[in-house]
Amino acid sequence: MAKLYSKKNLAKKTMLPKKETIRLLLQYSCALSIIKVGSMNFETFAN
Amino acid sequence: MAKLDLPDALLVDKYVAGNEDALEILVNRHQSKIYGYIYSKVSNRDITEDIFQETFFKVIHTLKSKKYYNEEGKFLSWVLRIASNLIIDKFRNDKKMPLDRDTDDLSVFYRISDNSLNVEKRLIKEQINIDLKAIIEKLPHDQKEVIMMRYFLDMSFKEIADFTGVSVNTTLGRMRYAITNLRKVIDKNKIYLTT
Repeated sequence: MAKLYSKKNLAKKTMLPKKETIRLLLQYSCALSIIKVGSMNFETFAN
Repeated sequence: MAKLDLPDALLVDKYVAGNEDALEILVNRHQSKIYGYIYSKVSNRDITEDIFQETFFKVIHTLKSKKYYNEEGKFLSWVLRIASNLIIDKFRNDKKMPLDRDTDDLSVFYRISDNSLNVEKRLIKEQINIDLKAIIEKLPHDQKEVIMMRYFLDMSFKEIADFTGVSVNTTLGRMRYAITNLRKVIDKNKIYLTT
């Protein structure tokens, strides 16, 4: 049955987030460090 | 380049181990589906952008804290669930649900537009899209969900099954019922969906 429904592709190709959003997320990820001490998490951000 | 072919679970492991490139691959791989999913619910580019960003903030935070995520191989469904919860929170805060999904920005059924169509055909096509949308809206939630995810978010049946928490066979069954129900409504109301 999968074959019956797998050919059509109506999804719009341009449904993508802005490049700035992606850049921000990746930079956020690089800057964020989480250190676990016992049961507590400490967050630090690199400049 | 070989990294691009790695499965999600392995990329998640690499990211948790400190490899930032792995996150970039995961984001690039799934951004369209996640963004499309959010947009299909909120129908607004700015809100979609905010929720997309918020979703990945949570993903990053959770993975860096090395907690919660243990659904090996189901990264996309996990992220979509986070996005789904954030959408619910958003509407809870706004105390309203989106009723009209047609905007100048995007009509969900306008994606099949063809520049070569003349004005008359285009108008007919628009009417068909409106009719089809109205019919799909009347489907039971689980069937509507499968139709939207399959045709408008381009998700595979496996991904839909993971996301909705049912088997692939159930998903296929829902699709079959959805198509059957759509045909019934079309026949009953004598709707002509052709240009």
